[in-house]
Amino acid sequence: MLSLNENFPEYAVPGAKQVRFEPYADNGGSVVAIAGDDYAVIGADTRLSTGFSIYTREQKKLFKLSDLTVLGATGCWCDTLTLTRLLQARMRMYEHEHNKAMSTPAVAQMLSTMLYYKRFFPYYISNVLAGLDAEGKGCVYSYDPIGHCERSNYRAGGSAGAQLQPLLDNQIGLKNMQNVQEAPLPREKALALLKDVFISAAERDIYTGDCIYILIITASGIQEEKFQLRKD
Amino acid sequence: MSFMGDLMNPAPLWHNGPSPGAFYSFPGNATSLRPTGHTVQDFRAHSATPITTTTTVIGLRFDKGCVLAADTLGSYGSLARFRDCNRLQKVNDLTLLGAGGDYADYQYLRDIIEQKIIDEQCIGDGLQLKPKSLHCWLTRVLYNKRSKMDPLWNNYVVAGVQDGEPFLGSVDKLGTAYEDATIATGLGAYMATPLLRDATEKGPLDEESAKALVRKCMEVLFYRDARSFPRYQLGVVTSAGVTVEEPVELKHDWSLAHMIHMK
Amino acid sequence: MSSIGTGYDLSASQFSPDGRVFQVEYAAKAVENSGTVIGLRGKDGVVFAVEKLVTSKLYEPGANKRIFHVDEHIGMAVAGLISDARQIVETARSEASNYRSQYGIPAPLKYLNERVSMYMHAYTLYSAVRPYGCSVIMGTWSEHDGPQMYMLEPSGVSFSYFGCAVGKAKQAAKTEIEKLKLADMTVKQLVKEAARIIYIVHDELKDKQFELELSWVSKDTKGRHQVVPREVAAEAENLAKQALADIEDSDDGEM
Repeated sequence: MLSLNENFPEYAVPGAKQVRFEPYADNGGSVVAIAGDDYAVIGADTRLSTGFSIYTREQKKLFKLSDLTVLGATGCWCDTLTLTRLLQARMRMYEHEHNKAMSTPAVAQMLSTMLYYKRFFPYYISNVLAGLDAEGKGCVYSYDPIGHCERSNYRAGGSAGAQLQPLLDNQIGLKNMQNVQEAPLPREKALALLKDVFISAAERDIYTGDCIYILIITASGIQEEKFQLRKD
Repeated sequence: MSFMGDLMNPAPLWHNGPSPGAFYSFPGNATSLRPTGHTVQDFRAHSATPITTTTTVIGLRFDKGCVLAADTLGSYGSLARFRDCNRLQKVNDLTLLGAGGDYADYQYLRDIIEQKIIDEQCIGDGLQLKPKSLHCWLTRVLYNKRSKMDPLWNNYVVAGVQDGEPFLGSVDKLGTAYEDATIATGLGAYMATPLLRDATEKGPLDEESAKALVRKCMEVLFYRDARSFPRYQLGVVTSAGVTVEEPVELKHDWSLAHMIHMK
Repeated sequence: MSSIGTGYDLSASQFSPDGRVFQVEYAAKAVENSGTVIGLRGKDGVVFAVEKLVTSKLYEPGANKRIFHVDEHIGMAVAGLISDARQIVETARSEASNYRSQYGIPAPLKYLNERVSMYMHAYTLYSAVRPYGCSVIMGTWSEHDGPQMYMLEPSGVSFSYFGCAVGKAKQAAKTEIEKLKLADMTVKQLVKEAARIIYIVHDELKDKQFELELSWVSKDTKGRHQVVPREVAAEAENLAKQALADIEDSDDGEM
């Protein structure tokens, strides 16, 4: 992760490494979000771990920010707790000031600036924001730890992100495939894909497993689904 | 809330970072500019290592409440120095707190929590601090200390009854907070957790079985944790209230030691 | 005996020619206008009783309490301007908290009394502020020192008492208290006496409604200051009403 000696070799100073308090921890977990024409689905596993231990098998990593917006956050859990708390407070202040709920693109931009505000002591979180935009179309925004934001139709983040993203590129993005028909992705197919993708993640990533919660965001509200994964 | 700003004074894009035109020293580097071995870490303000430490706290949720256990040893490195460090604290009639890690940091927070409870009693409106609230407050305090790179080097376990339901949660020195039916900190995470999770797989236990299981875990930990001690305390919280028992001596059986062959 | 200190009563930083600080005396007058508060120190504890005057039927019962907890073991009953009194309570709580934080044990009442008295006295020295218009009675019981009770006045003077009374009917209350042999009585007996005295001195004609507030701190409460439990308070009140009725009957008889 963002440690001085591995990622920024230019800054390393010769000499013995000092025993320092490490303010970050990697608590694992994966998030996957898929956006459709009139829905968005987001799923995250429930395993909170540290090193080779599991803290708990039942930690929800999806945060319902409003009736139209859900944030999935994994990585350093202490940062996640703080960021989501701050986010919810800021959204409440917006509602008091503007007399309406924040739209998903607005939350997306605010999250980006909030992350950048801590550019020099970052929130070590892999964020994926899913919801319906102002026109009712599904949207997925993904972030890096310091606030780079990108809108897309599907994203996998977290510890198994690198393993899952290519699979999504193939199944949803139909990237570089011959003889394929582009068609809008129906909700049931997206859900089935989400579950398959997590089952695969649990196979090879030790930090992903136990159970996933899936939130399905549509114009009529948010539904929740629970799905078991392998526990090892 | 300088991160909000308004039309006339826009919020800064980042904080605690370089100001344009100024020199910026990246934190945490032993710089070659200093002549002696003093690091950027200001030893007056920042916690580098824990000094007098305490080991595992075990927490187990049962059908009507929770049980916590912790031994009474304060280790000074590898020296078993203070043998009477009580670290289970009755907060109020609904909440029990256990702590492991640096004992001085725990004593500091313990006094603050005690004063919180006294202030609450002075108001006298019958409302009491609930376990989830204490858990949340601890998370915030520990996270903010960690963000100043000056942590309270502890792992807290909060047990209690929240609106009729048993509550068991943990907060560590980074402010990582979570709830679970079984919690074990320190070395107990490796040795006690499998025993606790195995027993609760089918469902919650009753009070007597829970206490017996926790005592068994303390025994196992004494065999294998090099910083443990055979005197420990048990604390139980149910809707009837909180009891923290006097420290008891562990019954340990070394008769299988002869089976372990040393070559 | 009310004397008007024309010209010398505008600020607390001025003496009058006959050596009085009128602002402080006026503060004491503010106390005299409030409902009666009595404190009784017995063999094994201290009891407070307050005649809390209720000026409107619209008030919620139990609102605007005049007995406060300072830390776990000290009770404070107040008379006079209630907002001033709340400030004194906050100050006392803060002092008790600091003592506990520094010395690790609950603050002794003697210490707290000195600190709060000095605080109240400080407000009698400057023209920029006015003295506190309240008197407070503080009491506690401890294993080490037994029962203790102090009364603090707006001038900053405080004494330790066996029995004291402030407020409207303090003279009548003092007369009743002097009849009791306080050193031999337990808090259980004192609660009844305190309730009885409040009922007797309450002026039915001038002030209609009142609520009786009772609290105690004793060996039985293990040194914790608490509001007297409902059953005990109800019993004491009934006996007090009974005693009042008896007196009225006997008065009628004499007429």
